[in-house]
Amino acid sequence: MREPAPAIASLQRPTQSLFAYPIAGPLFALIVIFIAFSLTTSTFMNAGNMSLIAQQSVVIGTLALGQTLIILVSGIDLAAGAIMVFGTVVAGSVAWHGDAVPAMALGFLACVVAASINGLVVAWFRLPPFIATLGMFAIIAAAARLYSQSRSFPITSDLLSVLGSGPELGMLTVTYGTMAWVALTLILGYALNQTAWGVRVYAIGNSPSAARLNGVSVTPVVLSVYALAGVFYAFAAWQALGRTPIADPSGYQIANLDSITAVVIGGTSLFGGRGGVAGTFIGTLIVVALKNGLTQAGIDSLYQQIATGALVMLAVGADQYLARGHRA
Amino acid sequence: MPKGEKTKARRTLVRAGYAIALAGVLAGLAPGAVQAEGKKFLIGIVELQLANPFFGRLEKSAVDTAKRNGLDVMTAEASTAGDSATQINALENMINRGVKGITLDPANATALVPIVKKARDAGIVVVTTNTSLAPMTAADAAYETDNLQAGVLIGQWARATMASDPAHIAMLDYDLADKTSKARHDGFLKGFGIAEGDPQIAGSALTMGNAETGQTAMENLLSAHPNINVIYTINEPAAQGAFFAIKKARRDVLVTSIDGSCSGVRSIADGTIGATVMQFPIRMGEMAVEAIIKAVADGVKPSGFHNTGTVLITDHPVAGVDSKDSKWGVETCWGE
Repeated sequence: MREPAPAIASLQRPTQSLFAYPIAGPLFALIVIFIAFSLTTSTFMNAGNMSLIAQQSVVIGTLALGQTLIILVSGIDLAAGAIMVFGTVVAGSVAWHGDAVPAMALGFLACVVAASINGLVVAWFRLPPFIATLGMFAIIAAAARLYSQSRSFPITSDLLSVLGSGPELGMLTVTYGTMAWVALTLILGYALNQTAWGVRVYAIGNSPSAARLNGVSVTPVVLSVYALAGVFYAFAAWQALGRTPIADPSGYQIANLDSITAVVIGGTSLFGGRGGVAGTFIGTLIVVALKNGLTQAGIDSLYQQIATGALVMLAVGADQYLARGHRA
Repeated sequence: MPKGEKTKARRTLVRAGYAIALAGVLAGLAPGAVQAEGKKFLIGIVELQLANPFFGRLEKSAVDTAKRNGLDVMTAEASTAGDSATQINALENMINRGVKGITLDPANATALVPIVKKARDAGIVVVTTNTSLAPMTAADAAYETDNLQAGVLIGQWARATMASDPAHIAMLDYDLADKTSKARHDGFLKGFGIAEGDPQIAGSALTMGNAETGQTAMENLLSAHPNINVIYTINEPAAQGAFFAIKKARRDVLVTSIDGSCSGVRSIADGTIGATVMQFPIRMGEMAVEAIIKAVADGVKPSGFHNTGTVLITDHPVAGVDSKDSKWGVETCWGE
């Protein structure tokens, strides 16, 4: 076991081969899905339905951006969805009793603080991310219910629900939420690929000890990853209020798993250090388009779940195969 | 700090962390505090996940009734839908603590049968609330909404409202393995006068019984079948979500639902939902606890199925189906 050699290789990896082809697989899958549904249903391939797929993607898609960051440093966040829901409930309840601006600010703050606590527990106290975020999941889900007394809050504020609206071009509605999702993906993609911080994130994901040997301070970078993920969860909360203008503590119960599914199908490795937000963007579209198309084709929901599950296993299998290929 | 000490310190921290995380998890599962007053007897109240306000209201009603009668109360809840394991543990604890009666809202119709038998063999009166065991006689008595009848009412209302117009129906279900969900679904079809697979059913989709999944399901169904003009929904949050999809698509769809929550009844008043059926969880909790008190006092055990009531709520009444308006609904509804 020689440590330094693979470490250097791993620092170079992200900029070289890994970004060249890992989204090819997911992109191919997405194209196959689109062609298949276009051929089998008469209602899939039209402007209205395309705009619908985009709208149905924004919440999980934005949440999955934060999840991607965490998975890139070999973490996992089981609390992602619950933190987002907590954010919607805080914002929704404050807006119900008063003003939208403080409501929005408090909702954002709630998400960032909760995600940062995860970061502290993982980076500082070295708890396995699975356990730390499992604990946070239970705590924050219960907190959202206690805080809201299990009731939901209709959203009447334009500010909180703005992401659900947008310009209409005939059948095609491009919501501000869709635009925000694309913009956030581009910004995070830039940060990961073009900044020193991004290089450190990939290095830590490949091997924290190797990154440390190469002079990367691991703890602050991991902390920054979790805190930044919280910012994306906050945006996801805003997206959720725009899409369904009800702040509901019982909404998005499996958003944590949905976000992990999108990340994994998008080709980001659960072992960290490999993948990125372009894949997650496509992975989200795959999950949503599959559900949308299968529902239109009249396929039972349970078969839809089987299809998604099979895709996850295929994606992880492909990742394992790639990883083995790299080592050889 | 020397290395050994540092590792030790870290290990302690790790342990502390685990303890905190575990405590957090357990806090969600722990049974409620046991009240130690009165010297009558101890009663156990087992509910489904309190994430659903309906179950919260039902539990509160049972607890209030028990306390009003001076009983000691032990409560426990499933942590998620279908979580019978937690309920089985709770029943074991209650048997050990010597309760005289248990009201149980079973998470699964068959999984709870053996432990209920054990409780009844120990002389404990066990009645079910909200949904029953299979067979129903596995418990002493059942106190619940006749969900089939609830479905029939909105089915009949939708049929009469559509008059002779051709119907294109969407079914927004919750997991049909769930007894309540299946009964409501079947009831709607029966009330509408059609069988499963009838060509008037344009499509169906699973929801999680909340607004977000109701909206997505309705969007997908409307995209495939733009002519949908009647929908059945498993509950009011799903109906409210479906309405967002209908509004966005600028369609005119008759929305039907079941539950009778205050927010649902307000949706009747503002026209979001056309008709819903109110359930009566408060009466359900009271009747179940009172039956146990009577059984312990007189030794006369309750038996059979007790319908706790279904009332159709709509502001557009039709001939031949009794209903109340949203004003009555707002005064009578059981909670948010």
